[in-house]
Amino acid sequence: MQMRTIEIVVGTFLLAGLISLAILAIRVSGFTVNPDQQTYTVVAKFDNIGGLVVRSKVSIAGVIVGTVTDISLDQETFMAEVVMNIDSDVNEISRDTTAAILTEGLLGGKFIGLSIGAEEDYLKEGDEIYDTQSAIILEELIGKFLLGQF
Amino acid sequence: MISRLRKLGQYLLSIMSVLGRAGELWWQAVWRRPRLSNAPLLMRQIYQLGVLSVVIIALSGFSIGAVLALQGYNQLVKYGAESALGLGVALVLVMEIGPVVSGLLFAGRAGSAVTAEIGLMKATEQLSSMEMIGVDPLQRIIAPRIWAGFISMPILSLMFCVVGIWGASLVGVNWLGVYEGAFWSAMQEGVDFETHVLKGIVKSVVFGLVVTWVAVFQGYDAEPTSEGIAAATTRTVVYSSVAVLVLDFFLTLVMFNF
Repeated sequence: MQMRTIEIVVGTFLLAGLISLAILAIRVSGFTVNPDQQTYTVVAKFDNIGGLVVRSKVSIAGVIVGTVTDISLDQETFMAEVVMNIDSDVNEISRDTTAAILTEGLLGGKFIGLSIGAEEDYLKEGDEIYDTQSAIILEELIGKFLLGQF
Repeated sequence: MISRLRKLGQYLLSIMSVLGRAGELWWQAVWRRPRLSNAPLLMRQIYQLGVLSVVIIALSGFSIGAVLALQGYNQLVKYGAESALGLGVALVLVMEIGPVVSGLLFAGRAGSAVTAEIGLMKATEQLSSMEMIGVDPLQRIIAPRIWAGFISMPILSLMFCVVGIWGASLVGVNWLGVYEGAFWSAMQEGVDFETHVLKGIVKSVVFGLVVTWVAVFQGYDAEPTSEGIAAATTRTVVYSSVAVLVLDFFLTLVMFNF
């Protein structure tokens, strides 16, 4: 076969490989490049975070506005300290907002839902959300129910 | 007793010497500076090993994707979870079946051909004549084949995955009636580029290296008779298939944090 034809075919082959990679990246894995989204950090302490993990979603009214970036144990109060990054274009979250750990669907993963308060003062970089609701643990619920019954 | 021990020792030593010779061949061939004048040779080998394998890869990828969709649907529909079909098929294809099956096909389609070709060159003393006229067979024959396998294998594996997922979507969405939005969105939600797709690519690169290495060495080391070439070709397919499967286990163990 002519060298020219071989070169064209090999070029097409390499191109097809790149296209496959692009399809796998965009269509299959939903790979998106965020042009460094500006964020600010907010802290919240919970009695129990259930199955919340780093990279869990933070949402307001079901819209994703940030992610959990760090989870640690506060050694003094023995509460879970959750650090989350919130997109900086969502910058009018009032100080008396409630952060609750909710479950996606019946068996889905945990995420943080923020319900906005009424105060005029807004959360800034490094602020803490004081009003928190822990994750609902099924075993605790059942325990309470049993105690209430008997 | 002593003679048994001696047999064992001989066996071990022969394995070591084979491994050593194979390693040296690979090292020598890869470490030669690739010359620009050798680019046409590399092109020709990518054509032989890669482009000519596209049809078999695409065909197998399509069938495997379609079968996965059929079987997966049958199980998932019992739990009403058929919307996770796309996710399941994509994960299985990208992480395991894509690299492994295309590695096996590559060993059968391209590896055996390489061994037979080099073995015949050795049997007809083409390799030694090359040395006679001052051409390095490692550089001219071995190196382009190793590099071609190294380049072609990941591309073939990527194609396998894409065609497989396309086959699964044809069967799942267009035939069995899984809701299209759920099929793709569950897939995009669950498949991560770095943790799943990239690790699959790493696997396919390793498989490409191993398969061409085995094939080239078996050809180079073949007994220069017709039986010798036949045996070497068989060994190539057997050894490289086993190597792909065993390495897959260990790569999974290392890369996916068990």
